[in-house]
This record gives sequence, structure tokens and C-alpha cells, in this order.
Amino acid sequence: MDLALDGVDCAACMDDIERTMAAVAGVVSARLNLTTYRLRLIWEADKTDASALINALAKGGYRAYPFEQSRVEQEETRRTQWLLKCLAVAGFASMNIMLLSVSVWSGNATDITPETRDFFHWLSALIALPAAAYAGQPFFRSALASMRAGKLNMDFPISLGILLALTMSVVETALHGQEAYFDSAVMLLLFLLAGRYLDQAMRKRTRAAAGNLAALKGEMAQRVGADGALVAVPVGVLKAGDQIFVRPGDRIPADGVILSGSSEIDTSLVTGETLRARVGSGAQVYAGSMNFDGALSVQVTAAGEGTMLDEVARLVEKAGEARSRYMRLADRAARVYAPIVHVTAASTLVFWLLMGAGAHHAIIIAISVLIITCPCALALAVPAVQVVAAGHLFRAGIFLNNADALERLAEIDTIVFDKTGTLTLPDPNVVNASALEPDLLHRAARLALSSRHPLALAVSRLAVDVAPFDQVEEVTGAGVRALVDGVDLRLGNAEFCQAQIHQPSSPDVSLIYLRFGARQAAIEIRQSLRPDAVATVAGLRQRGFDLHILSGDRPEAVAPLARQLGIAQADGGMTPAQKIAAIEALRAQGRKVLMVGDGINDAPALAAAYASLSPITAADLAQAQADAVFLSDRLAPVAHALDLARQARALMRQNLWIAVIYNAFAVPLAIAGYVTPLIAAAAMSGSSIIVTLNALRMRGVAREALPERAANAASPFSLSAREHRA
Amino acid sequence: MNVLIYLVPIALALGITALFAFMWSLKNGQYEDSEGPAHRILSDEDVKK
Repeated sequence: MDLALDGVDCAACMDDIERTMAAVAGVVSARLNLTTYRLRLIWEADKTDASALINALAKGGYRAYPFEQSRVEQEETRRTQWLLKCLAVAGFASMNIMLLSVSVWSGNATDITPETRDFFHWLSALIALPAAAYAGQPFFRSALASMRAGKLNMDFPISLGILLALTMSVVETALHGQEAYFDSAVMLLLFLLAGRYLDQAMRKRTRAAAGNLAALKGEMAQRVGADGALVAVPVGVLKAGDQIFVRPGDRIPADGVILSGSSEIDTSLVTGETLRARVGSGAQVYAGSMNFDGALSVQVTAAGEGTMLDEVARLVEKAGEARSRYMRLADRAARVYAPIVHVTAASTLVFWLLMGAGAHHAIIIAISVLIITCPCALALAVPAVQVVAAGHLFRAGIFLNNADALERLAEIDTIVFDKTGTLTLPDPNVVNASALEPDLLHRAARLALSSRHPLALAVSRLAVDVAPFDQVEEVTGAGVRALVDGVDLRLGNAEFCQAQIHQPSSPDVSLIYLRFGARQAAIEIRQSLRPDAVATVAGLRQRGFDLHILSGDRPEAVAPLARQLGIAQADGGMTPAQKIAAIEALRAQGRKVLMVGDGINDAPALAAAYASLSPITAADLAQAQADAVFLSDRLAPVAHALDLARQARALMRQNLWIAVIYNAFAVPLAIAGYVTPLIAAAAMSGSSIIVTLNALRMRGVAREALPERAANAASPFSLSAREHRA
Repeated sequence: MNVLIYLVPIALALGITALFAFMWSLKNGQYEDSEGPAHRILSDEDVKK
């Protein structure tokens, strides 16, 4: 069984966890992966069971969640391994062939015998042909697929160049020729595979982090069995018709209809509405809503006709079509590049034939043009920058979902924000902390650690490095109490705390009361702005971005916030369809729109926008549509992502120009027939190294853009850990 | 030049050995966790007292 672990923050934890697990009777092996934070357990089924193991971990302070690799992730893992194998084969082949080639080159300059040279060439062929057949597969397959689809990508000229180089070399070898291009062909493969592998490894790591977060979001539901007993099951296995039980403080795990019970639910993740709604039996509830004060029994339904989710899913599908038409920079370059190269090679052939050269000589020169122009630097130009940029984004807590997201992010000129959960923090916060007595607040926070109620969670967030009180009693629907130093400490509603009713400072504030002996206090809790929202928004405006707010919340809740941020164009009460319409309208003006949002109601807009970002706390549906997901309580990652994307794009352009300049020098030489295998090898590796070095310059530039190295993104799970404090 | 007859095969054999060693390490899962082993070496758990 695989478990995703939360709370692992140091290397010592690894030792601790593995030892704890090994001590449990029946455990055969336990091994923690520190890169992905996953624990693989093997145990004997008759001696222990999963829940006992999870409990043992919980005692050590680690929350474990059963985890199953998604199909996509398995696919990525398989592909990464495959690329690594290809890379190894290409590496082996190019090293050995280079050994033989260098001998031949130096031999040609001195006194190598034709027999020895042929022997070396045949040996090279023996290594190169199987190696290219194996390691070239990623390119050949992709080239075939693109040919079938009728549009040529970068892999087509690559495959053609490699195949022609190999064929010509074999023919030359058979004719006892002086020159063979085996080393060029295999080296080309090696460079290109290195670029591909790095790209893939980055994507795999991103995917693993996203998979863990999904598991850590506590996707367990309490299903009511046939005999009425509750069974904890992963959300994924819930089917329509199942009956589930939702405790106060839990998120509703699936869409459904309430069978019995009544409660206040917070649908801010679904609609953006911040006022809580009271629901009773018969009401429709959506996955992602937070259940506040009452236990609910819910019948799971499929997303039926006419429900909001159905509407959202339909809009997402339609909106996503526009995005798929985007063509990547590299492919655009390839589209221009490939025909030019092929025409040049063909005209070189014709030119030499007309000049009266033999057919054999003319063909060799034409092929050497193809080899020298084989877009080695061109193919490395974009991925090399992308890998460095994605690495920086990863360390800054920003995960790319799409490979082409960087390029699209770089073109943005208009930013549309959702309000709830995007500009504001997803979870409510205490807003009047400074007005309360510190020691009282400290005790309240410590007491709140023992409750699962969402308001108590907000208070408990103020507790730093303290353990919960020992003997805590939770009174359902009222609050929590404990005896502290012989004095009764209570946190809960006004009646429970026998407190005076406090007049809230604004209508969207929730109140929780505190009583400690004779002292009392009222704590105000509200969804507050992300701490750096004002500064970030100001910074973005200064850089010339046009800023908008589109929120599903009431206009009167949106207006004060927009004023505070200084965003003039703010609209509230938008439905998903209206959000799309607003984005389409901006697009019609020729704007490139970035949508930043987290709710299910934002998902269609995220799909419709030119590029999109989501905080990690976003609903699954929204996250799936976002180009990148950021992991922070702050809004600054939005600015970072845009800055890095622009720098990356500038470097990509530079790299493409370097590749063009290289060709401007190399191609005339090749056409004139001066290119030998030695020159081809030197030119190819030289240009690749220049392009890679240029990409690495990004490190210096990015360091300026991310001065504080994303302090709060140290652990990918710091946010969810907070969310799940029991 | 007769020395090549056995030197070249030896060179190739060495290369192939390295390639197989790499394939083995890949299959063995040594590239799945790039952080853990660095810390694992510091653990005294496997020391017999």
C-alpha cells in the first residue's frame, strides 16, 4: 500500500517513521521516499491492517492518507523511465563512436590504412544503427504522428536528418569512403534526449506533488453501510445512490441531495459567495462546500441535467477548445524552418548536379546540408530555458500543469482576478486579534486546536508551537471547554460562554466567544485579503497590466475590497457564463487575458482565458483547468510567475536567434561542400553548448525576481497541514 | 595495428557493462528518490551492536 504523508519536514523524520512502522507486528517492509513524501508499506494481511498502521503513524504526529497513483501519473513515470533508457543508450553509443571517430579523424590527417578506417566505420555502424533504432523512437514516433495529423512538428526534420545521416554513412562505409556521419547522428540524439528528459522529469515531479496534495486534501468520506454503520472510504469510490454522512467541520465530498439534518454550509469554494447558507433536507449540495454546524446525511447524485456542475462542465468543454489552438513557439519556428531547410538541401543537390559534379558527390553535399541544419540548437533552445524556468517556479511554489503555459503567461497584458479564495485567503481568519488580550487569545487558540469547527480552525491558526490541552470536552453545536489551572475555559457560541452579544464590525464577520473564569471576549472572524495582496496588485498595475475583478459574490461584498486594492473594474454576482462572456469581450478587444481563480464557478473562465493560475486550495475542477497552480498564502506568486515567464520567453527568443545565426554561418559552408564530419560535430556541440549556457543565465535573472526564495513554500504541504489540523 | 583486434572489443565490452549497470540501477528504482539516500547513510539503524 502507498501512503501520502503529511508532516514530514526533515530527514530525521524518515528514520523515525521507518522505525515506527518496522516495530508494528506484521509489517514486512516500510520505505519512505523523501522526494515525493510517500511511504510504501508491505505487510502480512493476517497480522495487522491498514487502519492500525495509519493510527500508529498518527501517534508519531504524521498524518497518512491512502494513496493510489493516478493513471496520468503512472503514464508520466513510465515515459520518464523510457526516456532515461533512451538517453543511456544514446550516451553509451555516442561515447564509443566518438572514440572511433576521433581515431579516424586523426588517422585521416596522418597515415591510417584504408582497412583500419573501414573496420572502424563498420564498428561505428554496428553501434550506431541499433542505438539509433532504440533511442530515436521518441522522435520517430512523434514525427510519424505529426505527419499523420498533417502538420509537421520539430521532430520531423530531426528524424529525417538522423535517418539520412545514417543511411549515407552506411553507403559511404560500403564504398570505402573517407567520411561517415555516425557520430553526428548519435550525438544529435544524445543532446535532444537530454533536453526531453529534463523537461519530462520536471513535469513528473510536479505531477507527483499535485497527486499528494489531492490525497492530503483528505478525500475520505463516511459512507453509511447497508447495516447503518459508518465506513470511511476514499472519495473516488463513491457512486451515485450511496448515502454519506458529513460531520460538522468536514467538506462535503460529493454532489448530492440532503436526506436528513440541517446545517449552515459555506459554498465559497463553489460559487464565491461568502455568506453562509442554511440548508435542510431536500437541498442540493455540491462537493467542496464546507459543512459548519450540523451533521448531514447526504445521498450522492451524479451531476444531473440542469445542475450547476453540469452547466460548468459543459462550459469548460466549450471554452477549452480555443486554448488547444495555441501553437508553441518551437513548433512555430519548426513550421518556418523545416521547409526552408528542405528546399535549401534540394536546391544544393540540383546546383551541384548542374555544376557537373557526380550524382554521388552532389548527394553527399546535400545530405551534409541537412545534417548541419538539423535543428539541434533549435530543439534545445526552448526546452533548456523551460527546464530552468520550471525549476525556479517549482522552488517558488508554482507548479506548471501545461508545457506551453510559460509561453502563454509571457504574453499576458490583462489580469482578471476572482475574489473569494484568490484575492482573499481561502480560510477565514481572526481579524480583531490586536484588540484582544494576548494571553486570553493564546489560551483560546490552544483550546481551539481540539475542535474541528471551521471557526475554531481559524482561531487555532494563531497557536504557535503549543500542544492542545489535555482534557477537552466538545459540546456539539455549542463549543469546546477545558479546565485550565482550575478555571473553566470555554470557546463557542454566546450562550455556551454566557457572553454578552457583541456587535460585529461588518456584516460578513462571524463571531466566536470566549470565557475564562470571569473574563470574556468576542473574536471576529472573516475572510481577509491575502497579506501581500495590496502590494502585489499595486506592483502589477505599475508594470502596466490591466486589472479586473470578476466575482460570484454579492456586488456589495466586492466593492469595498476593489476600492482597497484600487481596482476600478470590479463586478460581482457573476455566473460562470457571465464570467466567460466578460473574458470573451476582453479577448475581442485583442487582450491576452490571465484568469486567476479557485472556485468551481471559475473553472470555465479559467479554461476560456489565454492563460490561467489557481491557488493550491482551489477546487479540483478549477485546478484541472489552470495552467499553473501556486502554493502560498500570498499573492506574490502571480507576479513571480509572470516575471519569470517573460524572462524565459526573452531567453527562448534569444536562443532561437542564436540558432539562426549559427545556421547563417554553417549552411553556406555546407552548400559549398566544405563540411566534413569533424566540422559538423564541432559546430553541433558548439551551438548546443552556447544555447544551454544562455539558458542557464536564467538562474541569475530569476534570483533577482525571487529575492526571498519563497520562504513559505519550503514544504509543499504546509498549507494542507494547516487545513487538516484535527 | 593487430593490437586493435582485442583492444576495441575490450573497450566496447566495458561500455556495454556500464550500460547494463545503468539499466539495472534504473530497474532497481534508484532514480525514484533523489533526496532520501543522502540522509539514509547517516542512520545507525543497520549497525549491529
